[in-house]
Amino acid sequence: MAVSLPSAVLPYADDVARAPSGSRTWRKFAHNPAALLGMLILLVVVGAALAAPWITRHDPATQSLIRRFTPPVWAPGGNAAYPLGTDQVGRDILSRIIHGARISLLVGVLAVVISVLVGVTLGLVSGFVGGRADTVIMTVVDITWSFPQILLALAFVAALGPSLVTVILVLGFTGWERYARVVRAEVLALREKDFIEAARAMGIGSARILLRHVLPNTFSSIVVLSTLQVAQAILQEAALSFLGVGSGRTYPTWGQMIALGRDFVSVAWWLPTFPGLAILATVLAINLVGDRLRDALDPRV
Amino acid sequence: MTAFVVRRLIRLLVVVIGVTLVTFAILHASGDPVALIMPEAPEADRAALRQALGLHDPLAVQFARFVGRALTGDFGASFFHRVPAFGLVMERMPTTLLLTALSMTLALAIALPVGVYSAVRRGRAVDQLATGTVFLGQSMPVFWTGIMLILLFSVQWRMLPVSGWSSWASVVLPTATLSTFTAPLLLRIVRSSMLDVIGLDYVRTARAKGVSEWVVIGRHALKNAALPLVTVTGLQFGLLLGGAVITETVFAIPGVGRLIVGAIRQLDFPVVQAGVFLLAMIVVTVNFAIDLLYVYLNPQIRVR
Repeated sequence: MAVSLPSAVLPYADDVARAPSGSRTWRKFAHNPAALLGMLILLVVVGAALAAPWITRHDPATQSLIRRFTPPVWAPGGNAAYPLGTDQVGRDILSRIIHGARISLLVGVLAVVISVLVGVTLGLVSGFVGGRADTVIMTVVDITWSFPQILLALAFVAALGPSLVTVILVLGFTGWERYARVVRAEVLALREKDFIEAARAMGIGSARILLRHVLPNTFSSIVVLSTLQVAQAILQEAALSFLGVGSGRTYPTWGQMIALGRDFVSVAWWLPTFPGLAILATVLAINLVGDRLRDALDPRV
Repeated sequence: MTAFVVRRLIRLLVVVIGVTLVTFAILHASGDPVALIMPEAPEADRAALRQALGLHDPLAVQFARFVGRALTGDFGASFFHRVPAFGLVMERMPTTLLLTALSMTLALAIALPVGVYSAVRRGRAVDQLATGTVFLGQSMPVFWTGIMLILLFSVQWRMLPVSGWSSWASVVLPTATLSTFTAPLLLRIVRSSMLDVIGLDYVRTARAKGVSEWVVIGRHALKNAALPLVTVTGLQFGLLLGGAVITETVFAIPGVGRLIVGAIRQLDFPVVQAGVFLLAMIVVTVNFAIDLLYVYLNPQIRVR
C-alpha cells in the first residue's frame, strides 16, 4: 500500500523496533503512574476472575424473587449482602460481574492467541517469501478489512451456533489481519538488514533465518499489538453478547447483563451501569498498559 | 497514473469477489442451514426447502449462481418477511448512512479543533486532558454509552426520547452515542498527523519568515496533515459502520444494522447476506475512492 500513515496510528509500519534490555524497559514502564494504575486494575480483575467461586458471596445463578431489584447498598433500600444490588430475578449483581470477568478475559486472551498465530504466520510468509504468496495473503487481508468485523463475527457466530468456543474462534479468525500487516512490514524492512544478509551468507536456511533471526525482532510489536487487541476482543465479545449471540445463557457475561439491564433501565439504573463500568475499567486498564508498553519498547522514544 | 488506477480496479474486482465468497460462506458455515432454519419440520419439508435453495448442487455451482444473482441485486426472498431481501436492506440504507454521516460530522467538529490544539500544545494540560479523554472514549463499549445517555437524558431528565428515529429529538442521542465512539479515534489521528507535520522544516521556515502562528498551523501544517487524516478515516470506515450497527440496536433505529441483527436472531439468511454484503460494498467503495483521492491529492504519486 503506497499510503503513508501518521506514526502513532500504525506505529510499526516502517520502523523496526529492537527490544531494549529488560530492566530499562521496566524502568520506563514503571515511571508512568497511569500504566501502574492500569496494572493494578488488571491484577484485581484477573485475581477476581481466578478466585470467583471463592470470593463471591452468592451463586451467580441463584434467583430470589423477594430480593429482586434491590438497589446498591448506598441507595435507600439497599442491602449490605448485595453491595451492587440485584437484578430483575434477584441475582446478586456483584457476584455476576465477578463471574463475568472469567468469560471476558478468557475470550479476550484466547481470541488474541488465535489471531496472533494466524496473523504472524501469514505476515512472516507474506513478507519473507513475497511474490505470489504475498499477493494472495494481502488480498485476503484486504477482503477481511472490507467487512465491519463485528458484523462478520455476528453472522458467523449465529450460523455456527452461539457458544463460548464459537465466539473465541470467530473473533480469533476475524481479527488477525492487523498482525499480518504489521509483521509483513517489519519483515520487509528486516530482510534488507546486514545481519540477515550475513546469516544467509553463512548458508543458513530460510526457515531457520525466519524463525531464529526475523521472528524475534518482531516480538516487541507483537506484544504491544496483542495487548491492545485483548482490549478490543473484550469489547467485541461484550457487543456479541449484547446483541444476543454470545456464549449462551448458562454463564453470566458482562454484555448479556447490560442487554438485560437495558429493558429495566427506567426502574433499576444499576442493572446496566455496573457491568458497563466493569468493561470500561478492564479495557481502560489494558489500553493504559498497552500504550505504555509501546512507549517503553520503542527505542526511538 | 493510469496504470495505477487500472491496478487498483483489478484489485477492487478481486476484493469484491472475495467479499462475495465470504458472504456466501455465511449460509454454509452452519453445515446444514435448513436444519437451522426449520429444526422441527418433518424431513419432507426440509428436503423441499433444500431443493428450493438449490443446496443439492455442488458448492462451486451454488457459488456461481450466488455471484450471478448478487450482481443483479438478487439475494432471494427473506424467509421471514417473504419479500426480496435486497429491497428490505436498501429501504433501510439511507437511515444507516444518515446516522453514520451525522455522527462523523459531529465527531470531526470535535476532533479537528481539539486534535490540532492538542498537537500544538503537546504535553500541556490541554493535551493531557484530550489524550485522557481519548483513552476513556476508546475503552467504553458503544452500546453501554448509549444506555447511559438514555439513563441520563431520557429517564432522569426526560429531555429526549428513549428510542426511534422519527423526530430530530430522537436523532440526538444516537448521533451523540456513535460520536463518542468515532471522535476519540479521529482525534488521535488528527493529533498524530499534526505532530508528524509540525516538526518539519517548511513549518519552521514559515515561522522564521514571520508568518503568524495560526496561519502556520491553519494554512501550512493542516493542509499537509489532511492527507493521512483522510486516508486513515477512510480505512476506519468499516469500524464506524460496525458502531452504527450496534447503535441502531440500542436505540431501535430502523436501519440496516438493526435489520441484520434481527435477521440473525431469526436465522433469516437472505437478509443477513444481503445486509452484510451491501455494507461491505460500501466499505470497499469508500476505500477505493480514498485510494483515488490519495493519488489525486498527493503530487508525489500524481506526477509518476
